[in-house]
Amino acid sequence: MMLLAVNVDLQTDATLQVDISDALSERDKVKFTVHTKSTLPNFKQNEFSVVRQHEEFIWLHDSFVENEEYAGYIIPPAPPRPDFDASREKLQKLGEGEGSMTKEEFTKMKQELEAEYLAIFKKTVAMHEVFLCRVAAHPVLRKDLNFHVFLEYNQDLSVRGKNKKERLEDFFKNVVKSADGVLVAGVKDVDDFFEHEKTFLLEYHNRVKEASAKSDRKIRSHKNAADDINRIASTLYTLGTQDSTDLCKFFLKVSELFEKTRKIEARVAADEDLKLADLLKYYLRESQAAKDLLYRRGRALVDYENANKALDKARAKNKDVLQAETTQQVCCQKFEKISESAKQELIDFKTRRVAAFRKNLVELAELELKHAKGNLQLLQSCLGVLKGDT
Amino acid sequence: MRSTGSYAHQRCVACAQNISNQKLVQGILDSIPSPEAACLSAEDISPSSNGPRDDDPDDLFAEATEEVSLDSPERQPILSDGPSPAITPVTPVMISPRVDVFDRSPDQDEDEEENRDTFDIQISVSDPEKVGDGMNAYMVYKVTTKTSLSIFSRDEVCVKRRFSDFLGLYSKLASKYMHMGYIVPPAPEKSIVGMTKVKVGKEDLSSVEFVEKRRSALERYLLRTVKHPALLKDPDVLQFLESSELPRAVSTQALSGAGILRMVNKAADAVNKMTIKMNESDAWFEEKQQQFENLDVQLRKLHASVESLVCHRKELSVNTASFAKSAAMLGNSEDHTALSRALSQLAEVEEKIDQLHQDQSYADFYLISELLGDYVRLITAVKGVFDQRMKAWAKWQDAQVMLQRKREAEAKLQYANKPDKLQQATDEIREWEGKVQQGERDFEQISKNIRREVGRFEKDRVKDFRVVIIKYLESLVHTQQQLIKYWEAFLPEAKAIA
Repeated sequence: MMLLAVNVDLQTDATLQVDISDALSERDKVKFTVHTKSTLPNFKQNEFSVVRQHEEFIWLHDSFVENEEYAGYIIPPAPPRPDFDASREKLQKLGEGEGSMTKEEFTKMKQELEAEYLAIFKKTVAMHEVFLCRVAAHPVLRKDLNFHVFLEYNQDLSVRGKNKKERLEDFFKNVVKSADGVLVAGVKDVDDFFEHEKTFLLEYHNRVKEASAKSDRKIRSHKNAADDINRIASTLYTLGTQDSTDLCKFFLKVSELFEKTRKIEARVAADEDLKLADLLKYYLRESQAAKDLLYRRGRALVDYENANKALDKARAKNKDVLQAETTQQVCCQKFEKISESAKQELIDFKTRRVAAFRKNLVELAELELKHAKGNLQLLQSCLGVLKGDT
Repeated sequence: MRSTGSYAHQRCVACAQNISNQKLVQGILDSIPSPEAACLSAEDISPSSNGPRDDDPDDLFAEATEEVSLDSPERQPILSDGPSPAITPVTPVMISPRVDVFDRSPDQDEDEEENRDTFDIQISVSDPEKVGDGMNAYMVYKVTTKTSLSIFSRDEVCVKRRFSDFLGLYSKLASKYMHMGYIVPPAPEKSIVGMTKVKVGKEDLSSVEFVEKRRSALERYLLRTVKHPALLKDPDVLQFLESSELPRAVSTQALSGAGILRMVNKAADAVNKMTIKMNESDAWFEEKQQQFENLDVQLRKLHASVESLVCHRKELSVNTASFAKSAAMLGNSEDHTALSRALSQLAEVEEKIDQLHQDQSYADFYLISELLGDYVRLITAVKGVFDQRMKAWAKWQDAQVMLQRKREAEAKLQYANKPDKLQQATDEIREWEGKVQQGERDFEQISKNIRREVGRFEKDRVKDFRVVIIKYLESLVHTQQQLIKYWEAFLPEAKAIA
């Protein structure tokens, strides 16, 4: 299935195109079929596919993060782990409660939950695909060797989940990083551009987090309301079949109406989820990646300044000067390299962000309009029939 | 951004002075009326004055407990300058609900061919105000009747009634008519929890809503009562609507609508348990009882679902408002100017939509949920009436059994040769023959009454549901139209991001 990345605006070109052409959900894992089309000489064929699991995506992402060469780039955020737990739990509960509801109700609810499962599935596929597309679109990352191995090597990458020791190390690394982050953030940058970016990103990230959480809650309420309408439609149907008065036709017609409007309401919630909630979630992750970049630059700056101080000291003592000079030069180059690419990355980030928001907000508005008009038409036509009967 | 304060204000408007329930619903359809006079002043109103009409939902405990005092605040009939004709959502929005006028006594025979004269009677319940002070204070409602019917002494009457007065009216009507097979509309339920909140004096959202809910329920109750042709002419009803002073209903706790129904149900259960299965010779009754049973189940289910919907829509409204705020914040921190502006616009749209959801949840509630609640209670009354018929049948059967026994006793005495006792036995036989005949007559009469009542009830039910559902769908239409308006305004803003 081809699910185009909806929340990222990407330039794809013919030299390297990546997508997830298929996916299979098994007991506790998802298998993605990664399909590549490329004219690059690096690959043995022009078109090929491999099967990958979530851990292998994470491995690829982490390899980028740990690569010093890429310190000056915004590393595309890793896709979140596929999480079907909630959906599976609901399906299970439904199975347990089968005895307590009518056959029609059970079938209906089962269909609902299956649709929900499918929606989550589609989303996770989309998010994994977006990650790959971002890498493929990046002028430097697309050349990464690990990336090529990921795309082409048709055996299992044997990337086991990090063992306990490694996970602990990660944990401590993160702790140090956040302490540093505070430190680095406190130092005012000489460069206005980066100073502005720092302030902007810190605030922006928090606001996006807030908006993302609130939009999730809103959409959940919407789904709950749609579920209620579903139940109302069912009961109206029963009333319609039982009623001995003229109301029976009335109830049946209204039941039919609510069935349809309920579906539309569910679509509205789903579209809001896709166009708004997912967008916000994605930019939450991307803004974090951008912050990480700033942090790395900040670290490099600190290293550079330390190297300068060390050099001065060495010169003063006239001891190990050459070594200090070399270190200082290395640090300087590193810092300048990062700064240069970081600047471009951050500008690109803004461009991408604005384009993605524009696309999604426009599509959101268009979908809302489409659904509202659909709803309106259903309601008006039903009203016409009902009023005509009296 | 709207603060919580103004939320309360918006809702207060609904219960404020001159806005009836009808306007509340209409307001949802047209647009919320502009915030008007201060809703809730804490002025005490002394019982002896007519007092200013400020709303003050500080009602007190007295309502929920037994009332023992007999003194009533002096109420002076005030010619109404007040609210426009208030027709509840239950009846058509036109001025004159069509109701059958039976100008015959309830005992007369007349079934299908009734004279359908149109007449008009409008009743509104409005202006809840607190009377008295401290623990003994209570809520008083203004009941306005506008009519051209001759049984009323004036075209327009205003009286003040408190909740227990309504309950008292219901208990009187139930005791008079239920055993004859009349479906007497039940009064609204007491609510200790609800009233306590109101009484505690906090003029907050929930107590304001509670008072409005009750006011609306009382209005619907009266309208249903007068729609019943026999009840309309009942002297207690007339007195309730017209007389400036009403003797206080004593001990209304036991006589609350729920209390009466409970009594009836208990009696019914007793009847069911003690009698042999009634030989239902009339399939109509069996069929109808089953239908009402089914209807009861489904209406309750529907009611529960609608209540859930009301709740979730309110939640949706709150969450949308919250999201709107966060979107505005995001817009503020966005450093791309056009996108920043678009996000602010999005926040505004969402804020408007949250108001829409709120209004819709109001419609959900006042139109559908309350209607369903009313009908669940009405059907209990209908079932009660069927049980009364069973009771009548049982009485008739018992009389027959007794008669048989008396005859056997007489036969025995004939052999025993006790002349004076024989005479007594013969007299008793005659007595019981009379009772049997009366029992049969009563049973026939109640059966006939029930047939007629059920016919009328069903007609009303059809009308009520039709009207309400259509109105509800219209509210849904309005919501969608507004949504279209908002998103159409937003779309060019989103496209303008460059």
